[in-house]
Amino acid sequence: MALNRTVNKMCSLCKKSSILTNVVTKRNSHFVYVPDTDVPIQGKTEKLTMFQAINNALDITLKNDKTAKIFGEDVGFGGVFRCTVGLRDKYGKERVFNTPLSEQGIAGFAIGIANMGSTAIAEMQFADYIFPAFDQIVNEAAKMRYRSGGQFDCGKLTIRSPSMAVGHGALYHSQSPESYFAHTPGLKIVIPRSAIRAKGLLLSCIRDPDPCIFFEPKVLYRSAVEEVPIDDYELPIGKADVIRKGEAVTLIGWGTQVHVLMEVAELAKEKFNVSCEVIDLVSILPWDRATVFESAKKTKRVIVSHEAPLTCGFGAELASSIQEECFLHLEAPVSRVAGFDTPFPHIFEPFYLPTKWRCLDAVEKILNY
Amino acid sequence: MYSRCRLNLVQNALNIFKTNYSSEANIKLESKFLLHNLDKGPSEEVTLKKEDALKIFKNMDSIRKFENSSAQMYREKVIRGFCHLYAGQEAVAAGLTAAMRPQDICITAYRCHGIAYVMGATVEEVLCELTGRASGIARGKGGSMHMYTDKMFGGNGIVGSHVPVGTGLGFARKYTGKDGVSITMYGDGAANQGQCFEAFNMAKIFQIPVVYICENNLFGLGTFCARAAANTKYYTRCEYIPGICIDGMDVLAVREGIKFAIDYAQSGNGPIIAECVTYRYFGHSMSDPGTSYRKREDIEETREKRDCLKKYKNYLTSCNLFTPEELKAIETENKKKTEKASQFARTDKIPPLEELNTDIYVKALEPVRNVSHFKPLAHINSNKFPLTP
Repeated sequence: MALNRTVNKMCSLCKKSSILTNVVTKRNSHFVYVPDTDVPIQGKTEKLTMFQAINNALDITLKNDKTAKIFGEDVGFGGVFRCTVGLRDKYGKERVFNTPLSEQGIAGFAIGIANMGSTAIAEMQFADYIFPAFDQIVNEAAKMRYRSGGQFDCGKLTIRSPSMAVGHGALYHSQSPESYFAHTPGLKIVIPRSAIRAKGLLLSCIRDPDPCIFFEPKVLYRSAVEEVPIDDYELPIGKADVIRKGEAVTLIGWGTQVHVLMEVAELAKEKFNVSCEVIDLVSILPWDRATVFESAKKTKRVIVSHEAPLTCGFGAELASSIQEECFLHLEAPVSRVAGFDTPFPHIFEPFYLPTKWRCLDAVEKILNY
Repeated sequence: MYSRCRLNLVQNALNIFKTNYSSEANIKLESKFLLHNLDKGPSEEVTLKKEDALKIFKNMDSIRKFENSSAQMYREKVIRGFCHLYAGQEAVAAGLTAAMRPQDICITAYRCHGIAYVMGATVEEVLCELTGRASGIARGKGGSMHMYTDKMFGGNGIVGSHVPVGTGLGFARKYTGKDGVSITMYGDGAANQGQCFEAFNMAKIFQIPVVYICENNLFGLGTFCARAAANTKYYTRCEYIPGICIDGMDVLAVREGIKFAIDYAQSGNGPIIAECVTYRYFGHSMSDPGTSYRKREDIEETREKRDCLKKYKNYLTSCNLFTPEELKAIETENKKKTEKASQFARTDKIPPLEELNTDIYVKALEPVRNVSHFKPLAHINSNKFPLTP
C-alpha cells in the first residue's frame, strides 16, 4: 500500500525488513537541533537550554514587572518541564502559584487578572489540555477589546503551553493546536525554534498589548541549547526569520520542524545540488506575509511543513495566500508536508511526523514538477 | 468453583493442605464510613467468602506485581512515554469489581492499568499496550492511558473529561430501561474541573444511576489536594448528591461501600459520590520521581503502615481464611505469571503499519489524506469491537 511505499522510500538506506521494528522501538529523535547563531543583543551570554531560557525570561518579567503573576498546574514546584523552577522561592507564592486542574478556570482567571491591568502568565500543562479553555480563549480573551468598543482588554494575558511531538507522547501529549487558534482574530500566536528565540519572543508576548498564546515545542526544552544573552531583549512578533538563504525552493516551518527543514536543505544540496531557503515563520498569527511572498517570488517553489494534520493545518492558509499573491511567479503548486489526517498515533510517531525523508521527497517532486 | 480448584492445586503443590480452615468469615472493618446527606451507611460488619477473598487477593497482588514490572520496563526504556502506575491504589480496583454486578459498567481516567485488569484484561494485554505491541488491549495504539474492555469505557487522557461521559453512560442505561449503574471514576485533581460539576447537575436532574468514585490519592500530579481544592471532603462536594467516604486502603471497606452505593443508585435515588482515600507509591507518571512535593518518609510510612495489600493479608490470616503460606504461594504464582507476561510484552510483534490509518471512522467517506493527494491511504476498519457492549 501507499504508506508502505512511502516508508520504504523513507528508509531506502536500510534494505533490511527489520527496519520497521528498529524505527518503532528505538525512537531516535527525528531531527538534529541547529543552534541559533543569530544573537540579538551584545553583552554577556550564558549557555542555556530552552526551558532555562524561558525560566530566565519569566525571571526578568517577575523582577521588573511588579504586577506579573505566573500560575498553572504544578508551576509552583517548577512545572513538569521545569520552566518555572525556583521562581516561587524567589518571588513568593503570591506571584507564582499552583492552580487546580482546571484549564477553563485557569484561562478565565487569567483573563480577569489581565482585565485589571496586571500581567497574567498562565501555563497550560500541555497544549493538548488547552481545549477545555478554548471557549475562554476564543470567546472571552480574543474578543474582549472588540466587543467592549475598546474600553476593556486582556492584553496583558499570555498563555504558555508545551506543544508538538516529543518522541513518545501519543494521543494527548503531542498535538500541535496552533491552527485552531489561528482562526481567531484578536489572538497572537508565537512558536519559538530555539533558546534564544524563546526568551526574546516570550518577553515580547508578555509585554504585547494583546493576548498571546506561546506554544513551546516540548522536545526542544532540553535539546535546544546555546549561548543566550542574559540581559533583557525582545524579538518581534509577526516577523519571520530567513535562517538559510537559497534559490531553488523555499521551505517554511515553525518550532521543531524548522530543524527538520534545515537538514532537508542540506540533503537537497547534497543529493540534488540545489539550494533551499529555510524560513522559520515564528509567528502564526499574525504571519509575515512580506517575507514569505518575497521568498516565494524568488525561488518560485514553496513547501510548507508542520506536524499538525494536513487538512486545515496552518500550511493551508500559507498555500492559499502564496498562490493568490505569487501565482504568476510560481513554477509548481505550493506543497504541504504534514502529519496525516489521523489522530496522533502512539507508536507510529516516526511515520506520522513530516520527517526529513518525506520533506526531501517533496523537494524532489517540486523540482521536477 | 474455579478459583477453589486453582487454590487446591496450589495447596497440593505446597503440600500444606488444610481442611479445617473456614470457608467464610465475618469481619469487623477497621475503618469507618463517613456519610454526607445519608441517614444510613454501609454495614461495618462484612461477610467474606473464601472464594471471593481469593479473587480479591489475586487481583490486588497481580496489579502490584505488574505495575512494579511496568516501572522496571519503563526504566529499561521498553515502555516509553507517559506511564501512570496504579501501585498503592489496588484496593480501589479490586474492591470495586468485587462489588460490581455483571450489568454495571465503568469508566476511569488515565491511571487505568489496574482497572482494566480487574475488568477483564489480561496482564499480557495491559503490558503489551504499554510497550506498544500488537497484543495490547487497544492493539498497541493507545498506550498507558487508553485501555478498554467490554464493560470499561477507558482509560481517558484528559483530566476530568470522562466524568460527563460516565454520566451519559448511566443515562443510556436508564433511558433504555436496562438495569445497571455507571461507575464513573476520577481523581482528586479532576474533581476541580468544571465538567465534574456540570455532570453532577445533569445526573441529579435526570436521576441517573451513576456512582461517582473519587479516587483521592492526595496529590493532583504534584499539588497536594488541600492546595487545589477548597473542600477536600470530596464526598461532600455536591450539596444535592449524597456521598460516602471510604478508606481506600481497605479493600473490604471499598467493596462494602461501593456495594452500598450501587444499591443506592440502582434503587432510583439517582447519583451518589463515593470517595476512596488512597495513596500512590510512584510519581504521577514515570517522568515524575514523586518526591519533590512529598517526603520520601511519607511514602515509606504509608507502605509500612497503611498498605492495602498488607492490611488485607492481615484480615485473611487473622480470620483463618488463609494461611500465610497459602498467600505466599499465590504471590509466587502471580510473580511467575507477571514475568512471563513481561517477557511476552517485550517480544510480541509490532502492530502492522496499516494501524496508522485504521479506525478513524466507522464509515470513512474518503481515504486518509497522505503527504501527496495522489496517494491517499485506504481507510481500514478493524471491526474488532462491537459498537454497543
